[in-house]
Amino acid sequence: MTELGVGSLPLGDPAFNYQEHELNERLKRLYPAVNEEETPLPRSWSPKDKYSYIGLSQNNLRVHYKGHGKNHKDAASVRATHPIPAACGIYYFEVKIVSKGRDGYMGIGLSAQGVNMNRLPGWDKHSYGYHGDDGHSFCSSGTGQPYGPTFTTGDVIGCCVNLINNTCFYTKNGISLGVAFTDLPPNLYPTVGLQTPGEIVDANFGQQPFVFDIEDYMSEWRAKIHGMIARFPIGERLGEWQAVLQNMVSSYLVHHGYCATATAFARATETMIQEDQTSIKNRQRIQKLVLAGRVGEAIEATQQLYPGLLERNPNLLFMLKCRQFVEMVNGTDSEVRCLTIRSPKSQDSYPGSPCLSPHHGASNTHLHTGGSDSPTCSNGVTPPNKSKSHSSSGSIKYPSASSSASSSSSSSPSSINYSESNSSDSTKSQPHSANSTQETSDSEMEIEAEHYTNGVVEGSSARIMNGTYKHEEILQPDDNSIGNGVTDEVCSHSRQLCGGNQAATERMIQFGRELQALNEQLCQEYGKNTTHKKMLQDAFSLLAYSDPWNCPVGQQLDPTQRESLCSALNSAILASADASARSGHGVCSAHGPSPVWFLLLRQSRQLFALAQVQVIVK
Amino acid sequence: MACLLEAPLRISVLSEVTATSRHYVDRLFDPDPQKVLQGVIDMKNAVIGNNKQKANLIVLGAVPRLLYLLQQSSSSMELRTECAVVLGSLAMGTENNIKSLVDCHIIPALLQGLLSPDLVFIEACLRCLRTVFISPVTPVQLLYTDPTVIPHLMSLLSNSLRTQEYITQIFSHCCKTPEHQTILFNHGAIQNIAPLLISPSYKVRMQALKCFSVLAYENTQVSMTLVNVLVDGELLTQVFVKMMQRDQPIEMQLTAAKCLTYMCRASAIRTDDSCIVLKVRFFPHVLVPRFIISLVILYQWHSFFCFFPLKCDFLLLVQTLPCLVRMCSKEHLLEERVEGAETLAYLMEPDVELQRIASTTDHLVAMLADYFKYPSSVSAITDIKRLDHDLKHAHELRQAAFKLYASLGSNDEEIRKKITETENMMDRIVSGLSESSIKVRLAAVRCLHSLSRSVQQLRTSFHDHAVWKPLMKLLQNAPDEVLVMASSTLCNLLLEFSPSKEPILESGVMELLCSLTQSDSPALRVNGIWALMNMAFQADQKVKVEIVRCLGTEQLFRLLSDPDTNVLMKTLGLLRNLLSQRAHIDQVMSSHGKQIMQAVTLILEAEHSIEVKEQTLCILVNIADGNTAKDLIMTNDDMLQKIKYYMGHSNVKLQLAATFCVSNLIWNEEDGSQERQDKLREMGFVDILHKLTQSSEPNLSDRAKTALQQYLA
Repeated sequence: MTELGVGSLPLGDPAFNYQEHELNERLKRLYPAVNEEETPLPRSWSPKDKYSYIGLSQNNLRVHYKGHGKNHKDAASVRATHPIPAACGIYYFEVKIVSKGRDGYMGIGLSAQGVNMNRLPGWDKHSYGYHGDDGHSFCSSGTGQPYGPTFTTGDVIGCCVNLINNTCFYTKNGISLGVAFTDLPPNLYPTVGLQTPGEIVDANFGQQPFVFDIEDYMSEWRAKIHGMIARFPIGERLGEWQAVLQNMVSSYLVHHGYCATATAFARATETMIQEDQTSIKNRQRIQKLVLAGRVGEAIEATQQLYPGLLERNPNLLFMLKCRQFVEMVNGTDSEVRCLTIRSPKSQDSYPGSPCLSPHHGASNTHLHTGGSDSPTCSNGVTPPNKSKSHSSSGSIKYPSASSSASSSSSSSPSSINYSESNSSDSTKSQPHSANSTQETSDSEMEIEAEHYTNGVVEGSSARIMNGTYKHEEILQPDDNSIGNGVTDEVCSHSRQLCGGNQAATERMIQFGRELQALNEQLCQEYGKNTTHKKMLQDAFSLLAYSDPWNCPVGQQLDPTQRESLCSALNSAILASADASARSGHGVCSAHGPSPVWFLLLRQSRQLFALAQVQVIVK
Repeated sequence: MACLLEAPLRISVLSEVTATSRHYVDRLFDPDPQKVLQGVIDMKNAVIGNNKQKANLIVLGAVPRLLYLLQQSSSSMELRTECAVVLGSLAMGTENNIKSLVDCHIIPALLQGLLSPDLVFIEACLRCLRTVFISPVTPVQLLYTDPTVIPHLMSLLSNSLRTQEYITQIFSHCCKTPEHQTILFNHGAIQNIAPLLISPSYKVRMQALKCFSVLAYENTQVSMTLVNVLVDGELLTQVFVKMMQRDQPIEMQLTAAKCLTYMCRASAIRTDDSCIVLKVRFFPHVLVPRFIISLVILYQWHSFFCFFPLKCDFLLLVQTLPCLVRMCSKEHLLEERVEGAETLAYLMEPDVELQRIASTTDHLVAMLADYFKYPSSVSAITDIKRLDHDLKHAHELRQAAFKLYASLGSNDEEIRKKITETENMMDRIVSGLSESSIKVRLAAVRCLHSLSRSVQQLRTSFHDHAVWKPLMKLLQNAPDEVLVMASSTLCNLLLEFSPSKEPILESGVMELLCSLTQSDSPALRVNGIWALMNMAFQADQKVKVEIVRCLGTEQLFRLLSDPDTNVLMKTLGLLRNLLSQRAHIDQVMSSHGKQIMQAVTLILEAEHSIEVKEQTLCILVNIADGNTAKDLIMTNDDMLQKIKYYMGHSNVKLQLAATFCVSNLIWNEEDGSQERQDKLREMGFVDILHKLTQSSEPNLSDRAKTALQQYLA
């Protein structure tokens, strides 16, 4: 309804047009480095991402409380439409307290996507807030720290996120109150929370001039960074820069398992890669499995290749198992898939698989269909012709694959076979890679990685994201089966639990019991863990819905949810490898894939944002 | 004499340097002017960056010769210029070099040189003059001895960027007194320097800015003028605001903030408000009519709360404040932090609203705690140079922090609480009170004074940390400025509810306070008598007797004719407090009744403010409350006539006090009330009381009714 209002307003209301114009101008001036087509700036509160006790009005800028407000359980929050883009460098918004309502329990702050909205900002993990009733700051905790003055009706509270040093400070009526939070995570949303009836606040994301002189603050940082760059000591280290840059690129490639690219890069630059090639490949294979939703296989592979790793990280293991359960629901995990595959239904639909070739390129409207399609994640070019050749070649190979896979619940050895045979196929289909014969042994995806260019996208759907994978590519080794599932969905337009297979469902339920047991065991060993409990609860809740993909907890089934788990597993493997490498030959790993580099990379974007502004201004 | 003492040293130096440096000096005496020029140029190259060489040449007498050459009109312009350059180079050395140069009368010679038409030569002279004048050892008065100098310097301002830089730098270092400010102002400093604020040269802008900061400091005339100055169509204040922007160099932000601070303060402070710190303290403690007290407080607060006049925008202050708060942050140089804190303290001193804003800005209160952490343990270990630097600034930092805390906490109870809750704050003040540096001691006692205005703090932290002990110590043989602050603090510590009162009394403070009342400084007299007044409030008979004995009746009555109204008021307050409780009233009046009645008569008859008369009438109220003391009034017809007069006075406060007095005199249940009632009726008091019951003032009519009821009973 509110959206309709927004839509109809621009036509008749010149004041609104004017405000909109001013907003655009101001945002452009404040954040010139932000490309809004890529990363839109927050412009209003989200009518979707809010608790039911929150009401929005005035173009989704005014927030009022409409719950009972009996106690803290009636707290309600709303997030902005978009997270704060990193390219802002420094981001600022203000909230005016129109009315403090009954008790003035208002919180203003930041929170990550997915944080519970039935709370005030600051109470939960990845949530940060400054509360009006006591003036305390809440840093992901139920207990606040004395921070600033209280605030009430008529006050204007500002919140400034400094993405350069990852801190946040607040302002009250234009006066800076000093740093409130440090070490903030990325991708936070502006958030407000209310708790008692009558509380009303208005947001200013740039619609009006800010009370606090944020441009002055930005200019200070601009000058600082400019000075930092100007004064940066170079001297004798002039020659080292190349090495530093090469190391940065190389460690990035190694960290994310782009083995062939890393090797080629090392060869071209005559540098060394610290990590063993097979180790990179192993890591990559495990990552692929996770991203493909074949978590069970990933767990087995990890246990086999890195014995003891998961035993040392019980939390990680639990997360993996939880995910495995979710993937079972999804029908992508091998334990259920091998059962599903034999189902007549999918067999029937199988011949239709060639028709899914346009699916990769064009079926963008069909979001999150199964595990294969993930338009939100892409790291580069997707040549459509290639996927076509894959599906056709894959479809021929499919029967043998299923027979070997069905013999054991773990298909990790067989999947290697697939990928090899598949890749040799695909390399043949690509004339340019045929001449580099020694690389055919690499998985096909890695060759692709060589001509990836960061940020170049074919097709319209993909968002550019540094350091994430295109699921589709990973799936190519055995996209036959998955392609199958997809076709099924495309044809029937209804996805079913575990692919609709009875045996698979039983297996899933059994697995769920095992998972529950594991949780209890962990509880006994390490004490209660609310995150685990929540995770398990969410996973099991999927079963309660007839259509899990379109339920309140359906978000879990989204393939993008695999990414964080994947990187956690990768980091754990790297950490363990790093430790063992150090114990063996310490000096060697001095410049391993250290996270510092990625931090630098991340920061450089923000530094650049400000440095760039200066250039423009000049 | 100094030369004689240094003689042996000189000889030893001479013997060492003759060989190398003598040569340079000798060449100055060459008959060939070309060779002399070459000699001067060689000398210039030899002394650059070489302090030893500079000292040698000065010892060898090069300076008089160089000055001679510089002044000779027969010398070539080139030679004269080179001479000025060498002299400038010599001035760059140690302070001793400067002293020697000044002793050789370099300043008049160089000022004379400025009359030359040659710009290069003028610039060389100015550069040298600049170097000499910015040294602390040069007496600044030398710039003002010749009245033609300043106008000439003003006229040179337009010549080049260099002359602008040097001249403004000289001005900013030589403007130290209000007289200097007036001289510069009268010669058009503002009009001449204002355009330099938008000079393309940063150095010129910076020096011009510094000029304005020293010109405006506590100078109403300059400040009022500055408010209306336009620079390139823009108000000067706006130019300063731009200079405070965060991307400007710190030095510029800080100095611009100083300019604005001084302008706002100077155009606000009028001479009668100058001792604003002393004005707000605890209200006078007296016994009777409570509502009068509240009126007194109201009056005091009103005079306190007349903020900056509208001429100086409040918004401007709010813009200046965060800039100064930023200057206090850890990331800046110690000097900048000191200056920032001091300026900020000065800025918000008179304004509670600014104090409230500052207390919430950027965690200022916590940030200031860092000022006490120098030299840090790290600096002691890492490098000796850093330690030296830290040590040098440690005192400055501490005193600046104390000053700022004092300013922050001077009015708001919440802020005071915040300050005392800062880590180790009370311990720091206590140790600050006994530091060797007088500046720190003074600032610490200011801070303590500010915090002592809080009833809560007096009852808790002040008592817990026994602050009275170092305070009492500080009061012994302290210089006047410390004494004023310390005694002022003592006044608050002697308040009836302060737990420190007892131990202070036992420590024999009485003699000290009595001696303060004999001081030449009115501020000290006020504090002395004020403290005694607080001491006498609800005190035992013993203490009261002791006060009267120690102070001596003679001194007491001398204070009643003190030219300072504050002293008079507090003395009256003391009398009131002494004359409380019936037994005490009778006792005091029986021994000093005659003198007191005399003094009261004198004051009531003399020209005094309403407040003084009111206090005096209140004394009569107390006397009328005594048993035997009543008779002193009743038998004094003159006094009764006065009371009657004040009952019909146009001022309600005086009417009320007089009515109170009558009411006490005719109170029933007391011996002889009937006779007194009769007598007063005869004198026509009843009619007046009847009239007063019709008063529009509810308090007054109520009091009059109560008095009339005594007749009915």
